[in-house]
Amino acid sequence: MMDEIASVSRRGFLTVSLVAGAALTFDARLAFAADRSGQSQPALNAFVRINADNSVTIGAKNPEIGQGIKTMLPMLIAEELDVDWEQVRIEQTLADAKVYGPQSAGGSRSTPVNWLPMRQVGAAARQMLVSAAARQWKVDPAVLTTSGGRVFDKAKGRSISYSALVHVAATLPPPDLASVPLKPDDAFRIIGTSRRGVDTPAITRGEPLFGIDVDLPGMVHAALEICPVFQGTLASLDDSAVRAIPGVIAVIPINCGILPKGKNDAVAIVANSWWVANMARRKLKVTWDTAGNEANSTAGYATAAAAALDGRKPQSDLVRAGDIDAGLAGAAKRVSARYSYPFLAHATLEPQNCTALYTDGKLEMWAPAQAPAGGRKAVADMLSLPPEALTIHMMKIGGGFGRRLISDYMVQVAQIARALPGRPVKMLFDRPDDTRHDYYRPAGWHELTAGLDSNGAIVAISDHFVTFGVDGKPIRAAEMEPTEFPSQVVPNVHYGTTFLETNMPTGWLRAPTNNAMAFVFQSFLDEVAEAAGLDLPEMMRRTLGPARQLPQIGRNPVFDTGRARAVTDAVCDFAGWKGRPKAAPNGTGRGFGVYFSHSGYFAEVVDLHVEGKTIHIDKVWVIGDVGAHVINPLNAEHQVQGAVIEGLAQSLIGQKITLDGGKIVQQNFFDFPLLRMNVAPPEIAVRFLKSDNSPTGLGEPALPPVIPAIANAVYAATGQRLRDLPFTLA
Amino acid sequence: MTLSITVNQRERQVDAGPNKPLLWILREDLGLRGTKFGCGVGQCGACTVLLDGKAVRSCQTLLSDAAGHSVTTIEHVATLPAGKRLVDAWIDIDVPQCGYCQAGQIMSATGLLSATPQPDDGAIEAAMKGNICRCSTYLRIRRAIRQAAGLEKAGAAA
Repeated sequence: MMDEIASVSRRGFLTVSLVAGAALTFDARLAFAADRSGQSQPALNAFVRINADNSVTIGAKNPEIGQGIKTMLPMLIAEELDVDWEQVRIEQTLADAKVYGPQSAGGSRSTPVNWLPMRQVGAAARQMLVSAAARQWKVDPAVLTTSGGRVFDKAKGRSISYSALVHVAATLPPPDLASVPLKPDDAFRIIGTSRRGVDTPAITRGEPLFGIDVDLPGMVHAALEICPVFQGTLASLDDSAVRAIPGVIAVIPINCGILPKGKNDAVAIVANSWWVANMARRKLKVTWDTAGNEANSTAGYATAAAAALDGRKPQSDLVRAGDIDAGLAGAAKRVSARYSYPFLAHATLEPQNCTALYTDGKLEMWAPAQAPAGGRKAVADMLSLPPEALTIHMMKIGGGFGRRLISDYMVQVAQIARALPGRPVKMLFDRPDDTRHDYYRPAGWHELTAGLDSNGAIVAISDHFVTFGVDGKPIRAAEMEPTEFPSQVVPNVHYGTTFLETNMPTGWLRAPTNNAMAFVFQSFLDEVAEAAGLDLPEMMRRTLGPARQLPQIGRNPVFDTGRARAVTDAVCDFAGWKGRPKAAPNGTGRGFGVYFSHSGYFAEVVDLHVEGKTIHIDKVWVIGDVGAHVINPLNAEHQVQGAVIEGLAQSLIGQKITLDGGKIVQQNFFDFPLLRMNVAPPEIAVRFLKSDNSPTGLGEPALPPVIPAIANAVYAATGQRLRDLPFTLA
Repeated sequence: MTLSITVNQRERQVDAGPNKPLLWILREDLGLRGTKFGCGVGQCGACTVLLDGKAVRSCQTLLSDAAGHSVTTIEHVATLPAGKRLVDAWIDIDVPQCGYCQAGQIMSATGLLSATPQPDDGAIEAAMKGNICRCSTYLRIRRAIRQAAGLEKAGAAA
């Protein structure tokens, strides 16, 4: 276990015990790349253990949600440590940012944040082992080489295993991680090679890896009855019938957490079986105070959004450049359209769950959490505990997609566990709970207008974005960047925002904001391109202009127009793009979309055909640029294919969350459908362009462009513009 | 009330209500947690097991329905010829992403190949469309089934 390996000295040094009794001390102030908040986080890490049999145990520090990070981060360490992948065993570390640095699965940030630090950890360990060999053999370390977990002295024809060196290595001063030499790219033997997921064999054996599988001696089970109307509170509770059910242990009112305190109440039923606890909900007599929240409905939001767009005046400016009124008035052609998209649930297949044990002021948690540090803080705040009182085990996660960046389940089970000291409690949502108590991708409405000059160039663009916010500021995941393309390359621009209020909790869904903005802007630009007599790739080439770096606000440091153009050209080659069809629509169509998000550039082409009112996807071509290295190509292709199919799911099968009376209408997969195999296309062809940039993440950026590519292909196939998600054909 | 069911070739006595679903019998009473809970209403297939060799949703199979019958779960699937071929293909192709649905996928595929050793694409879709993969690993699931059925060559990865 990594918690046995790692301990941090009070001087802030890192201790790695290599074998029993031996310890290496790294001066491990890792120069972690700036995270999303812009803060550079000095981190102290413990990742490497050389075992007596010369196998190597490597700690995987980030939550595994299916993105493959539990395999990929150890690949970086193993590369620089110079061991064979077959020697490597991987263990999930504890959640402890003080030891391991930032540990989250979000924003496709794990690759860029960890690319250098994880390699430095491996290189530092290797350097200490080489120094130990040099000392033992009394030679200059510069003459020594490493491979396969051994140090070689080729001049003398001798070698020694890492495991035989650890006792000497432990006595040597640790190298400075920031300056430890790293391999040149052309020496990589693991980075850039296909490696299977470390947990794949265990999954096929049905091993209990996930949060829902946690089982502890004396564990009890909790089900929640949550106020169905968001922000409601408990008015009355009669639990006498529930307490009379055999197996029921306790009934505990709690707060759902995360959302404002004093709202969003729930009642936990604890039993010796989750099945018993969940069935017992039927006997619970509970009333809720929902006053002030019942008037919320998605139908009402749509009406309010339409009224706002009809009024034509955004409440606030997002970006204003040039003179939008003059630009549009002087345009040779104008194009205007409204677009919309719905609220979405995450619908992770593993329902939300968490396990906790409260003993003597300390809380041990087994959490399938994408952002365990956030969960630690939320739990500590809710229970008024010091954050150090929590020990958090990161469990394998049955789907994240952003849902588990919010740690409500941790806060909920922590309250239950504190009421039952000494007893481990596993809390689990039933599927309707999971559907109805998510943190939803917010809906949005746009009215766009573009002006073209007589050469077909875009000279003006405006967008009125109706979204959700409070006090003139967007709520979580409801924002839009002022740099949304093409605002930086068009002379006259106005993007403005109108905010609606909602009682719905909102959150990040895979490629947050971008999954909607790509649809809106790339679909609209296809309309603009058509008005200019162009196809969208050509309109993008002209609008992107010469290769240059544009400053970005938000998650991305810069937007490189040359990289966007390169993926555009490459996917047109890949798919054999032949431009906008000249013949009348015949039910078969091809569409294009390109988008930059999460530091990745993706261009995609979709071929589809329409039968009646059903859209069938025939093939998708993808070109991605995520930098100079695709660390694990086997997984990279798979992430892209999964992201593309998720885009299909948001487009084609009626996914939409609606609110009525302040509560969610949908409850399960029959009314919030997930895409099934029969809708998945036969082929998604994926290629990467290698560019001279540090590698970036792949969980998200392949998703956004496929949605407009579908919309644009349907237009080519039918002449119908699809401007509202989910798509329905007239 | 104690009922007897055969699980993974072992006869087990279960003391639980006859209306408790087999899914929760497996997970809570027998400690077999490879079978997963996804929806509770037979919509997602995560809980798929074999009942007398046929793929069923264990969340919709009551203990009383399973009593006296033979249940095979993911923990034991590799003892079946089709199951072994599928597990090998699953590992070779590296089908899982998050992995949560994969036990159910493998059990449905085992039910399919046990009855239809060389299914066409339509038969694969018909047998598998009850199993949701939220990560959308469908392209590799299809390929793994075809590979296990000898319809496609093996992949290549470390």
